[in-house]
Amino acid sequence: MHDAFQRILDPGGRADPYRFFGALREEPVARREDGTYVVSTYREIVALLHDPRISSDRRNLGDGGQAAPALMTSFIGLDPPEHDRLRRLAMRHFGPPHAPETVERLRPRMLEIATGLIDALAGRNRADIVDEVAYPLPVAVICRLLGVPQEDEPYFHALADEIIETLGPGEEDRAERERARQAKALELADYLRGLAVARRGEPRDDMLSGLVAESGMTEDEVVSTSVLLLIAGHETTINLIANGMLTFLRRPDLLERLRDEPRLIIPAVEELLRYEPPVQFISSRVALDDITIAGTTIPAGSPVVLAVAAGSRDPAHVPHPDRFDLDRPRNEHLGFGGGAHYCFGAPLARLEAQIVLGELIRRLRGPRLVADPPPYRPSAVLRGPRHLLVDYEAVAPA
Amino acid sequence: MRVVVDLTRCQGYGQCVFLAPGVFTMHEEALLYDLQPADEQREHVLRAAAACPVQAIHLDRTAHLTGPAHLDRPEPADDSARTDGSAHPGGSAHAGGSARTDGSAGTGGGARADGSVHADGSAHPVGPGPAGAGGRRSGGKGEGRIVIVGASLAGARAAEVLRREGFTGTLTMIGDERREPYDRPPLSKQVLTGQVPPEHTLLPRLREVEAEWLCGTPATGLDVAGKRVLLADGREIGFDRVLLATGTRARRWPDEAEAALQGVHTLRDANDAAALRRALAAGPRRVLVLGAGFTGSEIASVCRELGLPVTVVERGPAPLYNAMGGVIGGVAAQLQRDHGVDLRCGTTVTALLGDGEGRLRGARLSDGGTVEADVAVVALGSIRNVEWLRGSGLAAGVWGVTCDAGCRAVDTNGLVMDDVFVAGDIARFPHPLYQYQFMTLEHWGNAVAQAEIAAHNMVSDQAHRWPHLAVPVFWSSQFGVNIKSVGVPTFAEQIVIVQGSTAERRFVAVYGHQGRVTAAVTFDQAMWLEFYQRQIEQAAPFPPAFRHVGRRPDDGVPVPAQVPERLVATAGATVVVTGHDPAERRASLVQPE
Repeated sequence: MHDAFQRILDPGGRADPYRFFGALREEPVARREDGTYVVSTYREIVALLHDPRISSDRRNLGDGGQAAPALMTSFIGLDPPEHDRLRRLAMRHFGPPHAPETVERLRPRMLEIATGLIDALAGRNRADIVDEVAYPLPVAVICRLLGVPQEDEPYFHALADEIIETLGPGEEDRAERERARQAKALELADYLRGLAVARRGEPRDDMLSGLVAESGMTEDEVVSTSVLLLIAGHETTINLIANGMLTFLRRPDLLERLRDEPRLIIPAVEELLRYEPPVQFISSRVALDDITIAGTTIPAGSPVVLAVAAGSRDPAHVPHPDRFDLDRPRNEHLGFGGGAHYCFGAPLARLEAQIVLGELIRRLRGPRLVADPPPYRPSAVLRGPRHLLVDYEAVAPA
Repeated sequence: MRVVVDLTRCQGYGQCVFLAPGVFTMHEEALLYDLQPADEQREHVLRAAAACPVQAIHLDRTAHLTGPAHLDRPEPADDSARTDGSAHPGGSAHAGGSARTDGSAGTGGGARADGSVHADGSAHPVGPGPAGAGGRRSGGKGEGRIVIVGASLAGARAAEVLRREGFTGTLTMIGDERREPYDRPPLSKQVLTGQVPPEHTLLPRLREVEAEWLCGTPATGLDVAGKRVLLADGREIGFDRVLLATGTRARRWPDEAEAALQGVHTLRDANDAAALRRALAAGPRRVLVLGAGFTGSEIASVCRELGLPVTVVERGPAPLYNAMGGVIGGVAAQLQRDHGVDLRCGTTVTALLGDGEGRLRGARLSDGGTVEADVAVVALGSIRNVEWLRGSGLAAGVWGVTCDAGCRAVDTNGLVMDDVFVAGDIARFPHPLYQYQFMTLEHWGNAVAQAEIAAHNMVSDQAHRWPHLAVPVFWSSQFGVNIKSVGVPTFAEQIVIVQGSTAERRFVAVYGHQGRVTAAVTFDQAMWLEFYQRQIEQAAPFPPAFRHVGRRPDDGVPVPAQVPERLVATAGATVVVTGHDPAERRASLVQPE
């Protein structure tokens, strides 16, 4: 099993990690040599996502969490009650109960941005869907929502990419990776701190202004929350969009059906989240106590990796798991995790993907993959193509 | 279109509110929604249903995404329930737990209509379990005549499962209301606030069910030996197997003259809700609620939301005391008072007072005081609709209809009957997790889960029957808080707050009985409930001794749960035994006057 997990982590296997998932699931809760426990079956993952004995705070590791940064921890790396407090304060400016219409109000703007990006593909016959569509859309949306000037994009893009590459399961070089991440995160934090300070004096209609006005949040908390939202707000959605286009282009029948029945993009995005999830592993959990699950005891203090991509393809949970199926009656996938840490930005990602994939399918005439498989980004956790070159005959008007 | 959310499953992720804010609203984790949203909301509702992380949102089969059936079809008017023998689509709601709603292309729908035709193209895929329509059944259990008495949640759900399981015989539904099956939980919440009209509560039809519907005709008797149901209009409906799911009705104020005063209400069905809504909308000077159980507390919550002064009079020491004990009751009491409810515990109403012109003007209390009120809601619990079974030979009485864990009714001798099944609010069944004690559960989720079991067992032979082993789950929305419970909280001596804080009203409380976890209650922390459900199922030790997130410094010390003494509901069952030989010994119920 360790072998299977190692193969999944190996950059050479990035194009199709799924062929190793069956072997991985043979041992639902597997101990690796470094003491990490990898959980790969649906039922067990769901149980641990809702298990209060599982912490998201790496300071609870058996080694005392030496590698964990003391500074700049956002709610993704905290447990209740601190997690709940910060997440709810952030939610006041993003969703229910205080701001239920925030995402829905962004919808026309999302369509406008998607339309502009696809318009720009006209007049030629080849485009890189990653660089020209999948990346710029979520970046534009999160910048607008948060209140980050889009002209700074090249700057924070580089930082965000470097931070992403330091994420991943495995404890061997974690301390070193954490240090690298910390340095980049601090740089990004300084940048956002500058923006936050400016908003304090001059509030605008954006989340950053809302967060600095929250009396319950310190400046550090505003900054760490903003760093999280900025990175998570686009690094994952890029992969959802790119994986989606790749999946559809490999299946002309799907493409045709989605063209004929545009509303099917709604279940299609759910199925993508199950079949090609942008986040393959939840790799930062810690057992607070001995946990016996599926016959294995995870000792207190152990790092725990939840292989959500393997769980969503568990044949014990879903029939024909390796088939992309638009007609699944109940698609309960793990694409956004579950429990208290369920993806904060899920509704944003869903709408962005539904809109832009729907528009690409509708407007690109005769699209074909140039290379299959395409080149992949190095990360095994946030997995997706680095480029997705597509040839096409024409671009239909908006 | 029609929508129902299985709030037994809902964990409060709020994805539906993000994607369809015009249909779903949420206060912290308490979800309220319109069951029959306007057609322009269709796209939003489809997005919301697809996004639900626990797939708890169920739509009319006609509302689904694909196939010809998504073309809009006119929905029948409210009083469309037919009394003739024509086929009528049955509504239903979805079961929690293992139940699946991946129904099938039913009779007359497009093949892809609900997106679920299986790879083998079978027209009647079966539900959970390996067995198909063939094989496991003997004696033609897939055929014959089945009658379901009671056409609300449990009855409608059972009808759907029977067809899903491949029952091809004739199916007759008997109901006393002239409406299609509708959802009751909204009646004390979004309907009373006016957010949703009372007629907007029809349950979605998850699949077409071919059945004969006899609505507006109550059943008056059951002839077990002759295998007939007797109707009020004199008709007799024969059956091979029958399901009893007649549910409950509201307990009325015992003094008939006082109960008849204008302004005195009860709340059980859609007409009650419409009448109470009108009374609240008229802006009464004060509302008096008799009883602080879930219904009474929810009504009080609505009154405060509408800005109406409200007095709640409760016999016990705290609201929700009978269901959850005094510790949680104390939290609920503070919640009410913080929202401006005039809460009087340890008090009863001794008389409702009229103004001499037939209108309510107030009430006299057991403490000698009076309350001025122009609306009173009697929320003193419910009465099981079992009188029609008197003389049937079933062990039926105020306690319900006794049955085994497979929903088969028991006769007065305590013998299990093979062809009479019970489900929902009237079913009194033994629960192995709770020392095999018999219990009735008036919960939405129990009605659905038990209907599944009963329906399955009605078309299965002995070797393939299922036991009803679901851990009870229920929920309530009041004062902006989503309260959920798993297990049986009154089956406990002790309680411990394990996560969160009662002061913030976000917490998880765990109940224990003789060193085992037996129940858990959450206030706005529903995501953790399934963990504690497994603790109950595994008879995990109480108090929980593990390290976990969300612990507060003052947590972890169990205190007495202050639960009421369990009432022996069968106390009303007076039985006489006659005869000497084992072959002639018989028990019979002594009926109260």
